[in-house]
Amino acid sequence: MADAVNPEAAKPAMPAAAPPKAPTAGATAAAKPAAPKKDYSAYIIAKGQPVPSPTEIPQFKCGAMSDSKPFVAKSEHQTPLGFPGELVDNWQEKAVAKMGDLLGKYRSLQVYMDSCIKCGACTDKCHYFLGTGDPNNMPVARQDLFRKVYRRYFTTAGKWFPKLVGAEDFTEKVLDEWYTYFHQCSQCRRCSVYCPVGIDTAEVSMAAREIMDHVGKGQKYSNEIIGKVFKVGNNLGLPKKAIRSTLDGLEEEIKEETGLDVRLPLDEVGAEIMLVTPSADLFAEPHIQGLIGYAKVFHQAGISWTLSSHASEAANFGMFIGSYENMRNVSLRIREAALELKVKRLVFGECGHAWRVAYSFLNTLAGPFDFLDPRYPIPQHIVEFTVDQINKGNLRFDKSQNDKYRLTFHDSCNVARGSRMGDVEGGQFEFPRQILRATCNHFYDMAPETIKEATFCCGGGGGLLTDDLMDLRIKGAQPRMRAMQQVAQDHGVTHLAAICAICKAQFTKVMPAYGFKMDAILSVHQMVANAIVLDGSIQAKALDQKLAAPQIGNA
Amino acid sequence: MGYMLNGTDFEADEEGYLTDLSVWNPDLALLIAQSEDLEMNDERWEVVNFLRSYYDEYQVAPAIRVLTKALAKTMGPDKSSNEYLYTLFPYGPAKQACKIAGLPKPTGCV
Repeated sequence: MADAVNPEAAKPAMPAAAPPKAPTAGATAAAKPAAPKKDYSAYIIAKGQPVPSPTEIPQFKCGAMSDSKPFVAKSEHQTPLGFPGELVDNWQEKAVAKMGDLLGKYRSLQVYMDSCIKCGACTDKCHYFLGTGDPNNMPVARQDLFRKVYRRYFTTAGKWFPKLVGAEDFTEKVLDEWYTYFHQCSQCRRCSVYCPVGIDTAEVSMAAREIMDHVGKGQKYSNEIIGKVFKVGNNLGLPKKAIRSTLDGLEEEIKEETGLDVRLPLDEVGAEIMLVTPSADLFAEPHIQGLIGYAKVFHQAGISWTLSSHASEAANFGMFIGSYENMRNVSLRIREAALELKVKRLVFGECGHAWRVAYSFLNTLAGPFDFLDPRYPIPQHIVEFTVDQINKGNLRFDKSQNDKYRLTFHDSCNVARGSRMGDVEGGQFEFPRQILRATCNHFYDMAPETIKEATFCCGGGGGLLTDDLMDLRIKGAQPRMRAMQQVAQDHGVTHLAAICAICKAQFTKVMPAYGFKMDAILSVHQMVANAIVLDGSIQAKALDQKLAAPQIGNA
Repeated sequence: MGYMLNGTDFEADEEGYLTDLSVWNPDLALLIAQSEDLEMNDERWEVVNFLRSYYDEYQVAPAIRVLTKALAKTMGPDKSSNEYLYTLFPYGPAKQACKIAGLPKPTGCV
């Protein structure tokens, strides 16, 4: 233990010394902005107390979130993405030009700008509005931040009578509002479900971020991450050696548990399937438990598969910042890896927006994928793959292994409203639930107005999963957490399962504010990993013995 | 922000992560821990040391699971859970312990 507590152990080059326990005199941390401690205690609902409705409309709190701003990207985060390093001198001119460019390129944006009838249907649909009460978080108000600039420079009325039509110059104050409130939209598209004319606020948000990036005002979190994908291959910056080492550890663990050699292959040329999964699946909890689940399903299905170090990331933050070029460059890595590894099928792991990009855009971004086997969906979701195996009767489960969980399911927004699964309508809702019901004895859905196409965002999607937005994240999680508090009271639900890396990380952080433990969030394929009984495994032998034994009471 | 130690200024980013990883030393770790309202004890040093040696080899912080397994070997199984790590580093072992160990902040969906 002497070595273990010695801080020099890792760095033999440093002079040996006993580990210091307290800083020496003269040591100071430079002024850290004193963040006032926020009080979230009201979010915890005592047992037996009524849970307020998840959709309860709050009192207006004007300007409540006007100080919420994520860190601005530095030059080293901007330039690898092709954006200026800092706010350019003629930013206003450039921003208006970029807006014109986007209006021409994406006719939908122009339609969204012109077609709002101010009916108010969207006003109480955003989780950030419900959680913060800040009127600028009503979707129509968020759009209007964009619309007022659009009107000023691109409509006749706005050019001549700006005040009459709510048009405004693109001033520094407006740019600041944009930065603040377009980083309080997780692009979850819940509001668009209720909009009678079909305006998609997510698209407006993406366009706003694209314009800000082009004048040098990018967001550090998203842009730093995209740079890492270009440099190392994934959001976390995991080099191949680290990935292999983690996979080796998981193989050992599964061998210990099951007695079987379940493989987690990396860069294996000629595998049938390439799995593209969020790098968080190789790093964080509970994500990594899902990865164990995928590996067990592939093993039982008897289909060869591989991960790729080149395409070691399913996430594509290029979508969050509305940048077609960056989204394409991230996507192309998947095509390159699939070609290099000569795989026949493409399967995506549990990642919400990755599935939207994959399902809805991959073919135009990085296609054609005519080199893959056309008999299978291109691409396919791991949930779809597992459901297919269940339907074929290839998977055996011991549901009692999950009896310690009373589960509910969180529909991730980009899966729910930005894609589908399989060839049946609503497959993206039913397939994950089918897996949970097959692997777990206790499953209860949350209130209907908070699930499926009406699902509430976890509060951390769309590039907002960053510590500098923690207050927003906690407040934005309120509708989802209230819905969970309801099923906790009504059905004793203890855990929430999800199929999105962002949701999982977000809930780990925000659940404690609502009285749940941080590990009350689970991966869907974690339930599979727990319950699956692999052929020839220790679990299979034990279960067979149990079934063969005479039943107590029958003797 | 940054850290001032014995007359030398050590640059850090907005969240207090050292911008130059090579300047790290144990005294600096104490100072960073102090600014996080944490007092370094043997268990915390154990984590910090493991992070540094892992980073040396792999150029990235270890997966939580890798960290807990390593700690199970040196500190015993009761001190190897993710939950226990959060008692040591309330803001998360990956992020807070990395900061004290002078490593970059893990980025992504974590």
